[in-house]
Amino acid sequence: MPAALLGRKLGMTRYFLEDGENIPVTVLQVGPCVITQLKTPDADGYAAVQIGFEERRAHRSTQPLIGHDAKAQTTPKSEHREIRVDASELDEFEFGTALDVSVFEDVKYVDVVGQGKGKGFQGTMKRHNFRGLEASHGVKRRHRSPGSINGHATNLGTGPKIKRGKRMSGHMGDKRISVRSMDVVAIDKENNLLVVKGTVPGPNTGLVFVREAVRLNRRKTRLAKAGS
Amino acid sequence: MNAQELVESTVSDQLKSESDLPNITVGDTINVHVRIIEGDKERIQIYQGVIIAMRGRGANRMITVRRIVANEGVERVFPLHSPRLSKIEVVRRGDARRAKLYFLRGRVGKSRRIRDQRRGLKHVNSSSS
Repeated sequence: MPAALLGRKLGMTRYFLEDGENIPVTVLQVGPCVITQLKTPDADGYAAVQIGFEERRAHRSTQPLIGHDAKAQTTPKSEHREIRVDASELDEFEFGTALDVSVFEDVKYVDVVGQGKGKGFQGTMKRHNFRGLEASHGVKRRHRSPGSINGHATNLGTGPKIKRGKRMSGHMGDKRISVRSMDVVAIDKENNLLVVKGTVPGPNTGLVFVREAVRLNRRKTRLAKAGS
Repeated sequence: MNAQELVESTVSDQLKSESDLPNITVGDTINVHVRIIEGDKERIQIYQGVIIAMRGRGANRMITVRRIVANEGVERVFPLHSPRLSKIEVVRRGDARRAKLYFLRGRVGKSRRIRDQRRGLKHVNSSSS
């Protein structure tokens, strides 16, 4: 199974490398998670491991979920997430096994998935990096407007509506965002902390899903090869 | 531990201890020994100036040091806990009555100087020595 856990974003700080360079880092508290279900190709049509994270008070949970977690001999969990694995690997896992940050011990790069901060209803300048109109030359109270959105023409040709997917004002943020191939800077097994270089989507205390990097970019592939 | 304490705990072992750092405040003139790495060689450059601002805490503690080079003001911001700062020496204790001395930027000539701290140094000197 690729190393993967659920966790929470705690906050950011500064980390000094050996040569004195300082880098921005995000501290994540990942795990402990519990394997709550094994999905098998026979029963479910695909192979996956389901992990649960964080306690939920029983009276806040629902009977189906309490029963589900009880099967794995564990207390009710508030978050569940599936990790796809190869069917042949399923035997390696067992109900109720606890996973903590040590699964990332030998991992150099991780992907972090979180829910980005919501920005509310935003105009095109902030949302799509439009330039807006000019500051002068006769522009009247339309300095941040998108300008022309083209004539009425549907995807099929002319028509009563404008083309679908036209970038306009609207709700921005609060989307699921994956940040790929973040460097793992440090691991604190005592407190289940994972320190990664760079920024992670979402607010402090936000839920994040951390997994071993699926695919590295060219530079990091080279570095990983040189390091191993 | 709460979240903030956990975040700070990850870098706590990187911070310089109280005894490594001299007791410095805004207004002091200091010598900053900066380690400069050129290829595989390393040398130390001394940067002398007045601390005009201190901000942040923990690993984020920063000092802004202002000096005059060739009649031109130069300000450098150092992370206090950076390993690139090998040493900080206090040259002169200044008497600053505010936390940020940005007004020095507009000063020219003699008015650029800061009055020496004369009083209240007993406990500072005893703790740093």
